[in-house]
Amino acid sequence: MTLYDALIGPFADYGFMRRALVACLALAIGSGPVGVFLMLRRMSLMGDAMSHAVLPGAAVGFLIAGLSPWGMGLGGLVAGLLVALAAGAVSRATRLREDASLAGFYLASLALGVLLVSTRGNGRDLLHLLFGTILAVNDASLFLVGGIASVSVVALAAIYRPLVLECCDPGFLRSVDGRGALWHSAFLGLVVLNLVAGFQALGTLMAVGLMMLPATAARFWARQVGPLIAVAMAVAFASGYLGLLASYHFRLPSGPAIVLAAAGFLAVSILFGRCGGLLHRFAAELSLARREPS
Amino acid sequence: MNGPVVALDAVSVRYGRTLALDGVSGAFARGSLTALVGANGAGKSTLLKLVAGVLAPAAGRVIRRVERGDIAYLPQSADVDRDFPMSVDEFVLAGAWARSGPFGGVGREVRAAAAAALATVGIEGLGRRGLDELSGGQFQRLLFARLILQDAPVILLDEPFAALDAETVADLADLIRAWHAAGRTVVAALHELDLVRKLFPETLHLARATVAWGPTADVLRGAA
Repeated sequence: MTLYDALIGPFADYGFMRRALVACLALAIGSGPVGVFLMLRRMSLMGDAMSHAVLPGAAVGFLIAGLSPWGMGLGGLVAGLLVALAAGAVSRATRLREDASLAGFYLASLALGVLLVSTRGNGRDLLHLLFGTILAVNDASLFLVGGIASVSVVALAAIYRPLVLECCDPGFLRSVDGRGALWHSAFLGLVVLNLVAGFQALGTLMAVGLMMLPATAARFWARQVGPLIAVAMAVAFASGYLGLLASYHFRLPSGPAIVLAAAGFLAVSILFGRCGGLLHRFAAELSLARREPS
Repeated sequence: MNGPVVALDAVSVRYGRTLALDGVSGAFARGSLTALVGANGAGKSTLLKLVAGVLAPAAGRVIRRVERGDIAYLPQSADVDRDFPMSVDEFVLAGAWARSGPFGGVGREVRAAAAAALATVGIEGLGRRGLDELSGGQFQRLLFARLILQDAPVILLDEPFAALDAETVADLADLIRAWHAAGRTVVAALHELDLVRKLFPETLHLARATVAWGPTADVLRGAA
């Protein structure tokens, strides 16, 4: 096998591989930055919980309109937003913290979603909803994922400044601008929107993969928000590319291959990253110990 | 006689079931320099947040004779996420919020003012450093630089001197004196009673409710 056959051939030869790659690019551009902000707000696990919350809505969309990306997307969007609002309201009205109330909501959502799909669909439909089928992404799904990425980038640019302040110094933001809840809600809306996009490609169980893993890996390579976002996007796209190649050459399921590729990038970053990676820290401690012999 | 710039009318604040402030009334006169003293949990930070508009009262009213942009608030440094990947320059520029808003650009003039503010507090040249690369004293100076850029007539300080070395305390105290001399209204929550006696003409002693509010010498009579 030539290098061309290994790295480019599959995409040159097959339309479904090209569409899957474009979907990965759109997901990287949309979800990467959102993942960075989720991580900086210490809400990494919340993204995971929210991704499951999308399922019952997508299931209702599926029951009404079949495997239509727009039907499932709209249903997922509504369900995700409802769960986010409900979890926030429950934690404000009771002693339950938001993460605990989200955990309750997402488990219920996941169970409800599986139940709903099982009433009408077969095992294959359920697998499609849980793990996605990025290799079967059609033009309609591609437009949806691309559209969401476009909206997401523009919206994030618009709320960038208050979002950064809300992460870093929320008290100050509230003192200069009374709309803290607005920025927070807009951001949650973007999270759900990008999870709906991820859901189209990777299913409800892995939708968050290209959101959180690249963002976490980026933390080991960059020290400022802009570069963090750029690295997260690049890692997400590279994970998509490598995952698709692995899936093609070794006949692996594509969604898990992509997510594992992203996990591989995270492992490499933890080991070798120049911002706090293990090797870097070890080398720094070693040089300190040499300088100050005890 | 200067009129009040902010008045409190029987304000109470609750965190869940806990009463943090209980029926506090009074007014901060324009141009006054007031220390907020009291034990931990006495409601000092809560009162500052209330005046800053960060918190809303559960009961009573806060009457502000100024716009939101005319109040500058210095949060406790522990309330700021110093691991956040942000440079000193970016952080201080947030002080221009009243002019730029969430979307507006930051012009050359504002950047020059930000650089001047960093120089005033003695951390010029650190603009490109990350927040996590600053010492505690440098970070507190940075918070003051942001206040300078805000250029507000009312300034609220939450524990501005906590865990700082003597030199930093002296420099920042000079800034507060200068603000007072320029006719700005300053309210600061702090524990250092010696400093309160030296620097603040007025004191409000809180213990959820008002214990005493008036000239510092009267309020702190008998205190250690």
